Amino acid sequence: MSAQDFGGFQAQPLDLQNQKNQRLFRILFLLMTVILILPVVIILMLLVSKGAPALSWAFFTENPVNGMTEGGIFPALVGTLWIVAVALIASVPLGVAAAIYLSEYASDNALTRAINLAIINLAGVPSIVHALFGVGAFVLFFGFGTSILAASLTLAVMTLPVVIVSTRESLQAVPQAFREACWSLGATRWQTIRKVVLPNSISGILTGVILEVSRTVGETAPIMFTGAAFFLPFLPQGVLDQTMAMSLHLFVVSTQVPNVPEELPFGVALVLIGMVLVLNSVSIAFRMYLRGQKKW
Amino acid sequence: MVVDSDNGKAWSEKLSVRDLTIRYGEKVALNKATFQIRENEIFGVIGPANSGKTSFLRAINRMDEMTPAMHVSGEVLFNGKDVSQWRNLYALRSRIGVVFPLPVGLPMSVYENVAFAPKLRGLKGAELDEIVERCLTRAALWDEVKDRLDSLGSLLSGGQQQRLTIARALSQEPEVLLLDEFSIAVDPVTTMRIEDVLKELKSEMTIVLVTNLVQQARRLADRTAFFLNGEVVEVGPTADFFTRETKDQRTTDYVEGRFG
Amino acid sequence: MSDKVGGVVRHSVEDKIDAAWIWDRIARALVFVGGISAILFIIAIFIFVAQQGLGFALFELDAATFFTSPAWRPTSEPEPQFGALALIAGTASVTGFAMLVAVPFSLGAAIYIGEFATGRTREVLKVLVELLAAIPSVVWGFIGLTIMNPLIIDLFDVPVGLTILNAGLILGLMAAPIMTTIAEDALKAVPEGYREAAEAMGATRWQVIRQVVLPSAKNGLVAAILLGVGRGFGETMAVLMASGHSVNLPTSPFDSVRALTATIAAELGETARGSEHYQVLFSLGILLFLVTFVINLLADILVRKGKGRRA
Repeated sequence: MSAQDFGGFQAQPLDLQNQKNQRLFRILFLLMTVILILPVVIILMLLVSKGAPALSWAFFTENPVNGMTEGGIFPALVGTLWIVAVALIASVPLGVAAAIYLSEYASDNALTRAINLAIINLAGVPSIVHALFGVGAFVLFFGFGTSILAASLTLAVMTLPVVIVSTRESLQAVPQAFREACWSLGATRWQTIRKVVLPNSISGILTGVILEVSRTVGETAPIMFTGAAFFLPFLPQGVLDQTMAMSLHLFVVSTQVPNVPEELPFGVALVLIGMVLVLNSVSIAFRMYLRGQKKW
Repeated sequence: MVVDSDNGKAWSEKLSVRDLTIRYGEKVALNKATFQIRENEIFGVIGPANSGKTSFLRAINRMDEMTPAMHVSGEVLFNGKDVSQWRNLYALRSRIGVVFPLPVGLPMSVYENVAFAPKLRGLKGAELDEIVERCLTRAALWDEVKDRLDSLGSLLSGGQQQRLTIARALSQEPEVLLLDEFSIAVDPVTTMRIEDVLKELKSEMTIVLVTNLVQQARRLADRTAFFLNGEVVEVGPTADFFTRETKDQRTTDYVEGRFG
Repeated sequence: MSDKVGGVVRHSVEDKIDAAWIWDRIARALVFVGGISAILFIIAIFIFVAQQGLGFALFELDAATFFTSPAWRPTSEPEPQFGALALIAGTASVTGFAMLVAVPFSLGAAIYIGEFATGRTREVLKVLVELLAAIPSVVWGFIGLTIMNPLIIDLFDVPVGLTILNAGLILGLMAAPIMTTIAEDALKAVPEGYREAAEAMGATRWQVIRQVVLPSAKNGLVAAILLGVGRGFGETMAVLMASGHSVNLPTSPFDSVRALTATIAAELGETARGSEHYQVLFSLGILLFLVTFVINLLADILVRKGKGRRA
């Protein structure tokens, strides 16, 4: 290959080789990215095609019958709702408080590093260990027994990091200049947080909460031994009752129920992944919308 | 009450510092500053960057409490009482107004911006409306915003935000007003308007004007201090600085632009 | 106290402790409690899990047998056997396979998204990776069970599809998003100045990446892999449903295995509270907790080191 002439600038053979390498690698990495993401698309398509036949109004509103080989998912949906609600009540105030401490009060010392490490670890502890913790702490020690309360509190501890991290990010996004201006006016730290910092972070906090709900809906192991049951003939009446749940229900109908028609478990999987993906997409869309809303 | 030896006028001390030393970790920002600021004067502070001017202001309203890295030793007397003896620092700060170099409009309506401090004091209703209008007027901003008091303060222009900051400071009914290089991010017309406002305010409060514009000190300040690399080189009537009647050659050199 | 100055009545605020001051103190205390709650929970997790498993771990445990014997027969009479080697091998093989598959792809994706993609494309790709991360563990397990299982049996002509291959691929897809995201952060943390300097000397994008960015981001990239390993180690439902049920030392990717996490999930329901089997399962929990704790600690140190170098 001879050197090409670009109007006076001579491209050397090495340059051309480098350009070719560059293109090759660029395509290679693009391919790798696509291969990574393709499964999501394929899985969704498969779930839709095999699970859609099971979906109907009855599917969402009726109880499972006939040893769970037929019927609907209603009690599982209700149960998931209960669990999500209680988990939110437990984790959001605590998570927001923790984030406020980290963003507004904490200085860069050993304690703060320890807190951050603890948060990373909370998120990284295996879900089955969270389940064991839930059994030891909430079911046994605090005496709640296997109940919605025990299951939700276990999930609340597990998803706390999600709330803390997203809340802290949105608090830190508020410019420091605003705080200094308020302090100069004689406002206390708390007044500044309450009147300026928090109101301007609410949307970011909401994004994190939606994300947390999405995690809570999908988790199975932590609720398996703390409050969720394979099958219950009645809906839960209070937080000390056991309940069915969507995530566990998928596990049950795909591994514990013999002779179940194929579309039933696929239908459950489709609804479950649908809920999770919708929640995540809402959270992402909300985040993008917020980026366009400039208040300063 | 003390009588000025220069011109026989009586004055009383509003602020004074004695051996004020400010450190950020190992670095000394201001070393043993000692001087007084008189009531109802405009006190200028000039000097090159990193001379301790901003740190000095922050020590007055105890912003060191909000900044863990900042260590203050020595005395800062406000109305004769050491500010380190105050128990309620928020009360202290509410009596001292501050204007920063970069204009800040809080992300709320213009009305709420100016109503912020009075609301903390418990004002509401007609009294609140009245003080908002009065402060915006005195800050030379009322005419431009009176028809859009609901618009976001953080989206006003730079010059408007700086005047909004002044309106907020005035809403505190402060005894002392601290200005830290207020004109660097603001157009010359706004600067002029604000300088006029300051001249009017002098009779009601004491003003400390940190500025990098030597001519601004000349226009506004009665007495001026020259800070250089953490040292207070001298303090005296501003006029002396410009007629070369300074006690230190460095002051004259700085004022005449030989370094900066 | 008010005085009239220049026509204005000034209401000066006294140096008194007022409601605002008190509320500020209360708020500070409350958020502090919130702040240390994370530490308290981590300690609590360790304590409560250890408490239930301590009986076994301290008194009955023969560490040598526990870690080196593949005989896991918790229900055999008269002497149950608790050799965890097969379980550890199960976790290790599935995680190892997952990393083999996922690490190159995650790195490649991180490089593409971080260094080559721009604007809209980058946004879309990042969103897709985020959605990949959102798929719940039990759904992955379901896919392994119903889709991958028959696929593997057909494709490779093997009798059983719930194997290391199955669970490993799925685990790889589960760990990939977090590895991609952390790797991306590590690449982004490399100062623009480094890239610009190299490009000024005539290097192509790829040369800059290979010779400047990647070495510079080394610490963060290792951290990303560590976190991926941690994710794989700790996965429960997907592995439970897709790796099979036989407890044995694997010799090929087509073997069924049982991981530590899956074992706990599968057997806890069958045990009597406080029994030896029960305690052993909690002890496995202690082991998992400690391993993931160390992995996270290492990853954190590496990320910190990576950032600190450029301070």
